[in-house]
Amino acid sequence: MLPLATILTAPGTNRDPDLVFALELAGFRTECLDVRTLAQHKHGLRGAAVIVVAGGFSYADALGAGRVFALELQHVLGDHLHKAISDGVAVLGICNGFQVLVRLGLLPGGNQRVALGHNDSGRFDCRWVQLEAPASRSIWTRNLNDGLECPIAHGEGRFTCDDGTWDALVAGGQIALKYASGNPNGSRGDVAGICDATGLVLGLMPHPENHVLARQHPQFGRGGTQQSRLGLSLLKNGAMHAAA
Amino acid sequence: MKSATVTSALAKFCLTTRGRDPRPETIQVGARDLGVRSLESVTVHDLVFIAADLDDESRGILQSLLCDSLLQEGHWLCEDGDFSRSGGTHVIETALLAGVTDSIAAEIERVALRAGVVLHGVATGKRFVLQGELSDDELERLSHRLLANPIIERCSRDEPISPSFVPRIVEAIGAPEHLGFDAAATVENLESINRVRSLALDRAELLAIREYFVAAGRLPTDIEIETLAQTWSEHCAHKSFRARIMLDGVERPLTLLAQLRESTEEMALPFVVSAFDGNAGVVRFDDVRTYALKCETHNHPSAVEPFGGANTGVGGVIRDVLGADHHPIAVTDVLCFGESDTDFQEVPEGSLHPRRIRDGVIAGVADYGNKIGLPTVAGAVLYDSGYVANPLVFAGCIGVARDWQAPVVPKAGDRCVVLGGRTGRDGIRGATFSSMTMDATTGDVAGASVQIGDPIVEKLLIDALAEARGLYRAITDCGAGGLSSAIGEMADGVGACIELDQVPLKYPGLAAWEVWLSEAQERMVVAVAPQDMKALLSVCMRHGVEVSDLGTFTGDGVLRVTAHGHKVLEIDTHFLHHGRPQRQLSATRQPVNRADAEPTPPEVAARGVGELLLALLSHPNIASKESVIRRYDHEIRGATLRRPLVGVKADAPGDGVVLAKPDDERGIAVGVGVSPFTGEADAERMAWLAIDEAIRNVVAVGADPRQVALLDNFSWGDPRRPSTLGQLVAAVDGCVAAASTYQAPFVSGKDSLNNEWVDRDGTRRSVPPTLVITAVAAIDDVKKTITSAATTAGNLLVLLGHGRAQWCGSHAARVARAHGAIVPAPDPLAPARYAAVHALIQQDVIVACHDCSEGGVAVALSEMLIGGRLGAITESVPTGSDVYSWWFAESPGRLIVEVAPNDLNYLRSTVPGETIVVATLTNSETVNLGDETLSLNSLVAAFTRAGRNS
Repeated sequence: MLPLATILTAPGTNRDPDLVFALELAGFRTECLDVRTLAQHKHGLRGAAVIVVAGGFSYADALGAGRVFALELQHVLGDHLHKAISDGVAVLGICNGFQVLVRLGLLPGGNQRVALGHNDSGRFDCRWVQLEAPASRSIWTRNLNDGLECPIAHGEGRFTCDDGTWDALVAGGQIALKYASGNPNGSRGDVAGICDATGLVLGLMPHPENHVLARQHPQFGRGGTQQSRLGLSLLKNGAMHAAA
Repeated sequence: MKSATVTSALAKFCLTTRGRDPRPETIQVGARDLGVRSLESVTVHDLVFIAADLDDESRGILQSLLCDSLLQEGHWLCEDGDFSRSGGTHVIETALLAGVTDSIAAEIERVALRAGVVLHGVATGKRFVLQGELSDDELERLSHRLLANPIIERCSRDEPISPSFVPRIVEAIGAPEHLGFDAAATVENLESINRVRSLALDRAELLAIREYFVAAGRLPTDIEIETLAQTWSEHCAHKSFRARIMLDGVERPLTLLAQLRESTEEMALPFVVSAFDGNAGVVRFDDVRTYALKCETHNHPSAVEPFGGANTGVGGVIRDVLGADHHPIAVTDVLCFGESDTDFQEVPEGSLHPRRIRDGVIAGVADYGNKIGLPTVAGAVLYDSGYVANPLVFAGCIGVARDWQAPVVPKAGDRCVVLGGRTGRDGIRGATFSSMTMDATTGDVAGASVQIGDPIVEKLLIDALAEARGLYRAITDCGAGGLSSAIGEMADGVGACIELDQVPLKYPGLAAWEVWLSEAQERMVVAVAPQDMKALLSVCMRHGVEVSDLGTFTGDGVLRVTAHGHKVLEIDTHFLHHGRPQRQLSATRQPVNRADAEPTPPEVAARGVGELLLALLSHPNIASKESVIRRYDHEIRGATLRRPLVGVKADAPGDGVVLAKPDDERGIAVGVGVSPFTGEADAERMAWLAIDEAIRNVVAVGADPRQVALLDNFSWGDPRRPSTLGQLVAAVDGCVAAASTYQAPFVSGKDSLNNEWVDRDGTRRSVPPTLVITAVAAIDDVKKTITSAATTAGNLLVLLGHGRAQWCGSHAARVARAHGAIVPAPDPLAPARYAAVHALIQQDVIVACHDCSEGGVAVALSEMLIGGRLGAITESVPTGSDVYSWWFAESPGRLIVEVAPNDLNYLRSTVPGETIVVATLTNSETVNLGDETLSLNSLVAAFTRAGRNS
């Protein structure tokens, strides 16, 4: 049987259908669990090979993007997420999901604190970006030597942290993805995604789930697309981890 | 429901952004627009008002909830302090008016409770600290026209504002009032009721209502009259489009609506499934699925509260598609504003500055589309002084369904059920408001007509409905007129018995007519067989959607409503829907200039060709709309394959967009056409231009011109003025003729009339006659789609079609402040040309294609070069053309295509009409126009600069 990817959603999550399509293409079975359903079935995470927190505008970004979703997950799951990670389950948070993982303290983990603030432009921004994957602990970004291309679509993606945290992230190999075609939001060090110390948890602002087929690339038909730069590769890494 | 009395202490938490906050910059620009020059600096703080007795621990918990210390600095404000007025510092605080949706506050209350802190009330607001020697008048202007919008907000100056936690109950709920529509009532009596209650009814309609109730032997209740006024409003009943029209004294055989409808019926094209029926048009391009198409206007609300107006405009048109029982997949928007640099002295009293309107509208569209998770894909942004006081906001939505069944009417015994958001005193009388002209007092009277949307609630509704298909027999959306209109329509011929006490309210204290008319957003009405109720409830509960059973569809054809145990409404649905006397209108036809050619306007000819081109590329109507487009998530769903921005740097304008599910070879193309600067001179030709442009846009990306469906949206002035109606008649004539020529049927449409603003001195400002055409076409193979960006050096750019020296409405004339007299003539060869182009795209002969429209050949060529970052060597101007009309005339029906040199003869053998080689593509990064050489960089700079800061 294919490994199960459990997608966590909340009211306002809206990229879950894109993730379902992408994760199934990457070799998963998928299941979407709404945080309200999860409250009734605490064992919901059982059987998940990977857990993905989907993007969107959970709770309309009240109190800052991802904040309320994180509080709800904390309330409903307690330390079940931590337990899953210690059992080797890989976790991915995309866009709003990244914001949720940061608010939950799963990223970067330890006592370090980072935040995702309003874009420098002060505006929501939707555009395609190129990403590079520097050497890091992340199991999700292994062998992405050619980098990735996919869209961003966010208003609060400016990665920020204090100097001490920055040094620790760099030293600990936790900078997993960087913008390679200009910095779209003012993120420190062009950071697009970070992982935790185990390498199992990855959060990123861009949307690899929207570039799983060559034809989704804006240059499709002009010879500008490369199979190796599909966002799908990142999700396939998750499937390989689950199979191992 | 929480108690309305808040006796606890008021705490006020103030949040300040750490690092760069872009908001002050926007305020500085806005202040300058209002003629305020002495504002030196401003800081913006978010406020959270909390009614609760808080100990230190609770304050600590709240502080950690409200403030992310890496991003914000937060502190508690003392209740009356922090208002130093010294040294040119002023503090302005704002809070939302009672009853305005504050979803953030609701969330804070819920989360605090989860953390163990009980709050008795939460509200949000803003605090602005201004520095500068500001006069009272300037402070007044800033606070009421920039920092707060009195339509939805209150503000205080240099003193703390008191928030409205729970709307105060201002009126007791009494028995319905009876209105004096008795046999003795004179026309003057009725007109007076009409005015006082803002009913916007015609005299003949008032008399018909009096007759109905005299026959019934009783006086109507307020709720009955309000229901009739909403149902018979221009907005709901389209009474001008259904009117009997005398044109220059001769009666027209058909109403405008019948003309459009009949033209579609006459074409009898197999892909039209449902046209001009129900909430949206429905087409079918293959055996698998149907598409629902709809475009709406939300002009009046956007004029007075731009964010909320545009926000709910998008929410409303998405519900139209839901009401047609389709799953929404994309949103479109066409926006018309006054010029952003309009002097504030030119802005009529009571109206917002065009830049403020523009920023609010764009933010409102972005907010709704992005949050609900639909790509906002196609559209246009136009600027003209005619839209200063009356902006136009056209919002469209496309939906998809499998195995769609034509809607059926509710059966006697079905339950009448409302799904979604709760009902408050929001958006009361929106249908009649939008059917009246606006003036300086509009903001005051319209207060209750404007709503703020909650896209998350509508998102849940979409998800629940997707799962509940089959569990309801009929469905319609709650839009203008609220329940009165939704249930009224559904009950047509069937009848219903509705218990208003079952409607879930946001807060108590609403009169029956307010509940019945409220246009609270995010609600749908469904008819459900009793045995399906349980399953429907369970689906909705799982998705967090509220369900309320309001009553029964009865079968006797009478609509009855009760509230608090009393009958408050009883109207025969036949009278409600078919009792309105047909409007009688007269129109005058204006003379039009249909000459074949005219001389180049001297102001145009005085400019150099290169200079004119750069001026055109940076004109707000032509320049890059990237700053708008990127604020919309056009990537979500992964289905936007040809995007609004194209080319190697994704900064060149695309023509149509192409949508296709990632796992699907088939899809659709969406294009938009609009030509408002020609309508005053020749509205019939304007319609041809708009239709041709919309179709050309979808053809340019590879769509099949034999499978195109159209939507019409008219935004016009007051049709009771014969000359204005004459233009409307001419435009409809143009629509019908063009649709038939292109064999592209209209499947749905909407008219928004009375787009006028009356100044204090009585001057009327009408919008330019504006017709927006949306074209949706079949794409049989998404691999065979292309963009406007030039691809390969050595290839040829070939102009297909014939240009004429006709200058009216052209942007070259606009840039040169000149006027042309002749609106460009339609090209009879265009349909055959588009069919040939489609075939050549399918054969990979045409590798890039761009429509030649605003700015003519010169601009279209430049945009293709910007897209491909290629240069070009142009051919000399063809004999018989003068330089200016060759480069800049805006004749319709033309495309520029890129082909390999050895395909030129083949192209010429298949495309009818003129095929003129314009240029050869090069790697040189320059382009020549005659003797002048321009660098590619200068084209890019011109094209991208104006769009960013206009």
